[in-house]
Amino acid sequence: MIRARALEKRYGDKRILRGIELDVGADDFLLVTGPNGSGKTTLLRLCAGLAAPTRGDFELGVSRGRIGYVAHEPLVYRELTALENLDLYGRLYRISERRERIGMLLERFGLWDARHERVASYSRGMLQRLALCRAFLHEPDLLLLDEPYSGLDGEGALVLDRELTERAPRTAFVVATHEPERLRRHATDLLALA
Amino acid sequence: MNYLADVGALARKDLLLELRARDTLPAMLLFVVSALVVFHFVLPAGSSDLAATGLLWVALLFTALLGLSRAFAAEREQGVIDGLVLAPSDRSAIWLGKALSILAFLALAELIALPAFALFFRHIDGTLIGGVALADVGIAAVGTLLAAMAAASRARELLLPLLFLPLAIPIVVGGVGASVADDPARYLGLLGLYDALFAIICWASFEYVVTE
Amino acid sequence: MSTWSRNNRLPALATLALTLTAAAIALIFFYAPLDEDGLNQKIFYFHVPIAFTAYGCFAWGGWKALRHLWKGEEGADLESYVAIHLGVIFGVLTLVTGSIWARYRWGHWWVWSEDQLVLFLVLFLFYCAYFMLRFSVPPGPQRANLSAVYALFGVVLIPVSVLAIRLSERFIHPVAFDKGGPNMAGSQFFTFCVSCAAMFSLAATLYNLELVGKRLDMRLRELREALQ
Repeated sequence: MIRARALEKRYGDKRILRGIELDVGADDFLLVTGPNGSGKTTLLRLCAGLAAPTRGDFELGVSRGRIGYVAHEPLVYRELTALENLDLYGRLYRISERRERIGMLLERFGLWDARHERVASYSRGMLQRLALCRAFLHEPDLLLLDEPYSGLDGEGALVLDRELTERAPRTAFVVATHEPERLRRHATDLLALA
Repeated sequence: MNYLADVGALARKDLLLELRARDTLPAMLLFVVSALVVFHFVLPAGSSDLAATGLLWVALLFTALLGLSRAFAAEREQGVIDGLVLAPSDRSAIWLGKALSILAFLALAELIALPAFALFFRHIDGTLIGGVALADVGIAAVGTLLAAMAAASRARELLLPLLFLPLAIPIVVGGVGASVADDPARYLGLLGLYDALFAIICWASFEYVVTE
Repeated sequence: MSTWSRNNRLPALATLALTLTAAAIALIFFYAPLDEDGLNQKIFYFHVPIAFTAYGCFAWGGWKALRHLWKGEEGADLESYVAIHLGVIFGVLTLVTGSIWARYRWGHWWVWSEDQLVLFLVLFLFYCAYFMLRFSVPPGPQRANLSAVYALFGVVLIPVSVLAIRLSERFIHPVAFDKGGPNMAGSQFFTFCVSCAAMFSLAATLYNLELVGKRLDMRLRELREALQ
């Protein structure tokens, strides 16, 4: 699904990534670790097609609409409610039976009761749950998660655990984290950036 | 059809945001009326109506700039632009949806500004309104693309007027000409030509503005 | 293109530019006859070729911008930037020579009725904004894209502005100055052509010179990085 050879990414004079080799199959789970500033986020942005590699071969064998992406930012409008945000993305991703699907996800992530509240009033943990809903909305084939546990409370983390376990056999994952213990059991492959 | 549905969903979202936050439109309205009042004091006694008409276009242009400088604020501040860019719809739909919502704001601001101008200065006629309508299309098309560019830069809002004003000169010529000249048809034609040309290149090039 | 031809093109171009410029200056001052404007007509041989060269640079910059967006041609961003940079330099020279011409012809340093001058003022502002844009975006593919899109806008803006400025005179200057087009004699036309060729080759030389310098800079930085 993702194949990279001698991948290099630089912004101006600054080299962020160098000599990256990647092979991610349709049911692989790649865990990307490394300290802050080691290029984890940049690598995920490359995989999402949001950034272009400076050098090297890079093939992304999945269309844009089949990628789910959880970034640092939740990628939702603060002035809209959770329901309105997901409805917008549901329309853009052309999801059939949008309402049912959104309702189910909100229920599963424990946001159903807060669905009519503006996102600006959400706590950090609720925002992260909403970001996950947004990424799972269209049942993507490739999930790119950037520090997915950040901000989640104990209960939210358990929900995410369950989701990952359920999806891992049929979804390709690239997950960036600086504390890999919690995800190690899913991982089929490990990439340590320095 | 899917394309239009995407555009509709995006434009609807912008109007909803404005309804919720009331960030832009009230500011535009207050600004355009304040500008007209200032212009009363700018024009010495005995100034012609033509001068007032010229100033009307200054007011409209800067009101549009005010609105445009906030056009991508929500997207950039919260990183949502990445979410929109990742969606499977054609990227130009993001531009078209935003341009339509800007066009709506402009039209609403002018719904107040033009009667106020007629009340304060001189009567307005059909060709002036036609000129304003055509100019709005060009302003919304070009302004939205430039606003996306400015939002990607370090200078943000500061850069937008610098990028926009040189490109707005033909709009001003067409608009003022349509309002004051004896043969408004050719100025309306210039505005139409401008709208068509720039709408096409904005539509075709927006993708490059939001991607690498 | 091989390194050999790239390395040898520059001296050849520079020689050509120098020869042509010397020839043009000699022709302008010793060969081309004076017309009723007197000595100040000499500036015409500088002003118009410089303006043409500036247009050429902007068009080349727009073309390279298109190549960057369309084909993703490597290095096209730098080439587009260098061409526009030169275009602005020639544009400023156009404004200066045009202003001198206006001073001697009509007695004012600035005349709004001279289309070309007004157009170059608009373009000067536009391309200054291009530099502002470029320098407020961090180097990388996004900067290249934004610059290229804005450069393309410039290419469309030029003809639209020409039209707009022509039209604006109808309500700004109902009585236009008498502008009998240059009715050139054969010898004058020859001088004019040589002068144009001189300016074009000069621009081409500067373009290549700046590119070689910038590429060398980049190469050096890469080597230094590789050594670390």
